[in-house]
Amino acid sequence: MKADPLLDLKSKLFLALLVAAAIVVPMANLVAAPGSDFYLPSFAVALFGKYLTYALLALSVDLIWGYCGILSLGHGAFFALGGYAMGMHLMREIGPRGVYGDPVLPDFMVFLDWKELPWFWWGFDQFWFACLMVLLVPGGLAFVFGWLAFRSRVTGVYLSIITQAMTYALMLAFFRNDMGFGGNNGLTDFRDVLGFDLRSDATRAGLFVASAAALGLGYLLARRVTTSRAGKVLVSVRDAEARARFLGYRVEGYKLMVFTLSAMMAGVAGALYVPQVGIINPGEFSPANSIEIVIWVAVGGRGLLLGAVLGAILVNGAKTLLTGWVPEIWIFVLGLIFVLVTLFLPKGVLGAFGTLSWRSGGARRGASAQPAE
Amino acid sequence: MEFARGSMLYLDDVSVSFDGFKAINGLSLMLAPGEMRAVIGPNGAGKTTMMDIITGKTRPDHGDVIFDQSIDLTRHDETDIARMGIGRKFQKPTVFETHTVADNLLLSLAGKRGVFETLLAQITGAEARRIEEILETIRLEERRDDLAADLSHGQKQWLEIGMLLAQDPKVLLVDEPAAGMTDAETMATADLLKRIAGEHTVMVVEHDMEFVRALGVKVTVLNEGSVLAEGSLDHVSADPHVIESYLGR
Repeated sequence: MKADPLLDLKSKLFLALLVAAAIVVPMANLVAAPGSDFYLPSFAVALFGKYLTYALLALSVDLIWGYCGILSLGHGAFFALGGYAMGMHLMREIGPRGVYGDPVLPDFMVFLDWKELPWFWWGFDQFWFACLMVLLVPGGLAFVFGWLAFRSRVTGVYLSIITQAMTYALMLAFFRNDMGFGGNNGLTDFRDVLGFDLRSDATRAGLFVASAAALGLGYLLARRVTTSRAGKVLVSVRDAEARARFLGYRVEGYKLMVFTLSAMMAGVAGALYVPQVGIINPGEFSPANSIEIVIWVAVGGRGLLLGAVLGAILVNGAKTLLTGWVPEIWIFVLGLIFVLVTLFLPKGVLGAFGTLSWRSGGARRGASAQPAE
Repeated sequence: MEFARGSMLYLDDVSVSFDGFKAINGLSLMLAPGEMRAVIGPNGAGKTTMMDIITGKTRPDHGDVIFDQSIDLTRHDETDIARMGIGRKFQKPTVFETHTVADNLLLSLAGKRGVFETLLAQITGAEARRIEEILETIRLEERRDDLAADLSHGQKQWLEIGMLLAQDPKVLLVDEPAAGMTDAETMATADLLKRIAGEHTVMVVEHDMEFVRALGVKVTVLNEGSVLAEGSLDHVSADPHVIESYLGR
């Protein structure tokens, strides 16, 4: 009996590709002369960086949906919370350089005539504190939400619906001005992070590299979990929850662990997303966003980890191209992609084409994707 | 709990109803340690509900369910009860289809159950040896590395019995182990269960009379949620109530 190695061939290829991208993309922007064939414009660096954060987000959804059967339709909430935590730090970094020049209060608070910083903004002037919150806020919410839901044995479509309700409720809350997160406009006009100007090419390249590193680490962590014996238990819970219970596994404990871990990964993705796009607003909590993440995973291939990464990059690449050419049709194309993939590629792009080449090698996938529930 | 002395499983005057329908109605039953008991009865007699009550899936409206002389099972959930040593085989074979046969057994082995324990667990030599032993017992050595989904129906039944063995429980509840098996497989399954009994207390629910006869143990007949007759198969087969409610039909 051979244990599934942490780093199989596919993982090594992927990580090598990621390292190559982390070297080539910044070089093509910083070193190559503008106008040369190798030059990559700055906006593209930020765009690709954004894709990497989406890939990490998709990975976090695949970890729970692909391996434990928890279909979260509210994962965008954890992404947005991580984004807000980072956004709050970036707001505090602006300091007296805001429009109103208040050394402590962000512009929107001055505008609302607030006299002092609300308690939940304390500490966000420290970068390390913001990083901690990027993990703790989404993780904490997922822990409490999961503890209540899994203990009451809410599963399947009911769980999906309440995750939608959760992100919708958060969206409505964050839209309110008196919540203290900038209301409708969200947080924006960021200047710098750790003293580096966010508008400079070098900072953008740095954020790209950080996103690639986060994706690589997130992938390794997910591999570590899914190839362990606990990962086998997760798949068992996905396929035969009652059997797992009658074997003596505390199913809710496993679900809670993986759900919380996944929410933290989504939070990190959000925190890296915000400085690259320059804004975070309540629209990120929109239920449609969360559904889109699930589509990425379904397109790439559920339960394969790399499928989620591939799906996020493919779908968002197509989105960027299409919304550039004919913006009106994107939403229809997205729907069409989802329908076609569900009908003809139930295991997703990687599941369908990846197995063709690897099957012959005699490799057996321990946890293969199952048809969507 | 003096009354449960000398028993491994003790049910007294247990009742449960679903929406007014009495699935179990004043059921009393006692299994001695190491005993094997066959439970028969027509559809809807409450056999599966009785197993649900013993394993903590269903809570009885009233009555005592005592395990190993002192543990009140109505106060515990499925996970607790499984860890205390009651294993269950479902009516429909339920194995982890996307895991290999060996992994199914590995996950069933008594021991590591906590999240962080399994996150760090490496397979030990003792575990590997135990898996080999069980594979031999259930005659699936050749299928070790195949996915459980690829097994035949009968082999899945055996794998699930193997998973019960791996748990090493004190009590095994076995629901229709011979369903969908050929005659030869049925007899081999009866042999397997007889070998298991003795070390373990076993309760077998079965429809197949040939199978029950092959087991050669005391039989309890359930009907409409309570015990209709108890004794050897010949004895209960001769009981006019049993003939009327079940065998005669």
